[in-house]
Amino acid sequence: MIVRGHERMLVQGITGRQGTYWTERMQEYGSRIVAGVNPKRAGDTHCGVPVFASAREAAEEDAIDVSVLFIPPLAVRDAALDAIEAGVKKLVILTEHIPVQDVMYFLSAARANGASVLGPNTAGLVTPDECFAGFMPAFSESIFRRGSVGVISRSGSLGTLICLNLVQSGHGESAFIGIGGDPVIGTTTRDALQALDADEQTQAVVMVGEIGGAMEEEAADYAAGMNKPVVAFIAGQASPPGKKMGHAGAIVMGNRGTYASKRGALERAGVRVLDTPSDVGAAIGAAMG
Amino acid sequence: MNFEEHASKPLLAASGMDIPRGRLALSPDEAAAIAEALAPVVVKAQVPTGKRGKAGGILPAGDAEQARQAASRILGLEIGGHRVERVLVEEQAAIVREFYAAVLNNAASKGPLVMFSATGGMDIEEIAKTDPQAVREAQVDIRAGFDESAADNLVAGLDLGEVQAAVAQFLVKLYACYRKYDAELLEVNPLAVLSDGRLVALDCKFVLDDSGIKRQPELEGLGSREVLTELEERGRESGLRYIALDGSVGVLANGAGLTMTTMDVIAHHGGEPANFLEIGGEAYTKAKPALELVLANPNVKSLVVNFCGAFARTDVMTEGVIDAWQALAPKVPVFFSIHGTGAEEAIAMLDSRLGLTPYETMDEAIIAAIAAATSVERGKS
Repeated sequence: MIVRGHERMLVQGITGRQGTYWTERMQEYGSRIVAGVNPKRAGDTHCGVPVFASAREAAEEDAIDVSVLFIPPLAVRDAALDAIEAGVKKLVILTEHIPVQDVMYFLSAARANGASVLGPNTAGLVTPDECFAGFMPAFSESIFRRGSVGVISRSGSLGTLICLNLVQSGHGESAFIGIGGDPVIGTTTRDALQALDADEQTQAVVMVGEIGGAMEEEAADYAAGMNKPVVAFIAGQASPPGKKMGHAGAIVMGNRGTYASKRGALERAGVRVLDTPSDVGAAIGAAMG
Repeated sequence: MNFEEHASKPLLAASGMDIPRGRLALSPDEAAAIAEALAPVVVKAQVPTGKRGKAGGILPAGDAEQARQAASRILGLEIGGHRVERVLVEEQAAIVREFYAAVLNNAASKGPLVMFSATGGMDIEEIAKTDPQAVREAQVDIRAGFDESAADNLVAGLDLGEVQAAVAQFLVKLYACYRKYDAELLEVNPLAVLSDGRLVALDCKFVLDDSGIKRQPELEGLGSREVLTELEERGRESGLRYIALDGSVGVLANGAGLTMTTMDVIAHHGGEPANFLEIGGEAYTKAKPALELVLANPNVKSLVVNFCGAFARTDVMTEGVIDAWQALAPKVPVFFSIHGTGAEEAIAMLDSRLGLTPYETMDEAIIAAIAAATSVERGKS
């Protein structure tokens, strides 16, 4: 799941306040936005692109590679199904607080149609100097600079901080993949790691995880067999158990999802786990030799 | 959101499953009155936690007077940190056999998981250890659903006797109920076969997906509130996730990941965080009420404000913090770290209005905040 500058993007919910603001930012940065969706504004032009009643109608004009959804929680399921039925193969779902059964529903449809879903509750994707999809500060030069480090993050804010630290210490990113903070998500840490492993630009990976679930443990299994170095930071060591720490997916229940389990699995796989995000630049420098 | 037994069971009944007759009582007198009609009964503590039986929260009663005594023993008990304020008084069941049944959101398969065990009445973890042969699981494709033939397959070969078909039908209804009410978990344990051959849900645990609450208006007010401190409750009212902790360094950050990390780095450098509070996502305009909340905790001796803007604009958040700071004029020292979307404007505003400069890195801001909190504590003793 890496987004490329040549890919044709659709924005569902383009006319809303956030949809408009971030569509303009994406366009300025070089994302190839070709159309938008709002059933009530079909036929209009917004942000310089045509607005359609549905993703299916937009795709009849021209093929769509990526759809970015700025859609309220209870409407996401149908919007995502629309994009999947329109043949879109990459969906970026930013919305937080989508009912989990809705998420499972459109993920099932995506699987059946060979589409990948990023999120929900993700800040999106950035490929420096090419394009971005979502609401990341890709345009901030202190945070994103073309380079060779791939970054995977469950959190937008923490992922941004990691990227800032990388750039401040002289590194740059090949791709940023925000996978999202929900308990059930389309692209997992392991899927993102696999994508960066296959990416020629990427020479090392920073994995930013957090407590809850078992994604970091699954990714550790894959990391053990990789030739590229992987460095990790796991948020939530100081969090009390049994409480949802802001992200619905960040909760420790009994022995499941603990910091110790994740750190242990990653270290056994040869991944260096950092105590503070400030160490990421030095650690990546050392790992890449 | 957790639902207690008395609030969960009616959902099963509404979906066509059998439950015992019973009613909720708030006092021993009420329990006795209910038992008049239903005796012999079971009196059950209603608290959002397990292990009620072991804690003395479930007692049988042969008549109304015994029910009154049982209720007066149970009401006021403390079980798993919850004070018992009400009891469910239910008719006793003549149990022949106990099963376990559940449907839940399964992150690993990204779909529903239906679970059934021919052994029931204890924790599923315990069943899985002592009698793994009895446990069956089915990963469901939520678009295909879970019908009677899928249920038949799940319980095939388990030797459930005369209720084999009834169990399969029960599982189909349980799945429909899970779907209808946006459950995160719907568990019936035990699911009992009674001497008259009926299949009855003797206990039920329902956890509602918090993101589904908005489209479940009929469930509003039925769930049990999380036990919150006064400040946590104030946070909830202003739409902020605030969690009280034991330390002295107050935390205000944006986004769940960055907020947890701020707490981690405080601990890493030898300090103790006083709270979790994030103002990211849709709450990023709520810096002012958020700051008021952090400062309302008397244990806070210094404050770290750590912003790294992606979606959340740091200039908007910083403006809110400055407004609140000027309105409240707090005595505690504050240490900023600001990066990302809107940082330039935020830093200029901080300089012109408060005469403060943020630290280069969050570690520097945190180390300074810990030092300040420690010197305040030393100064006191």
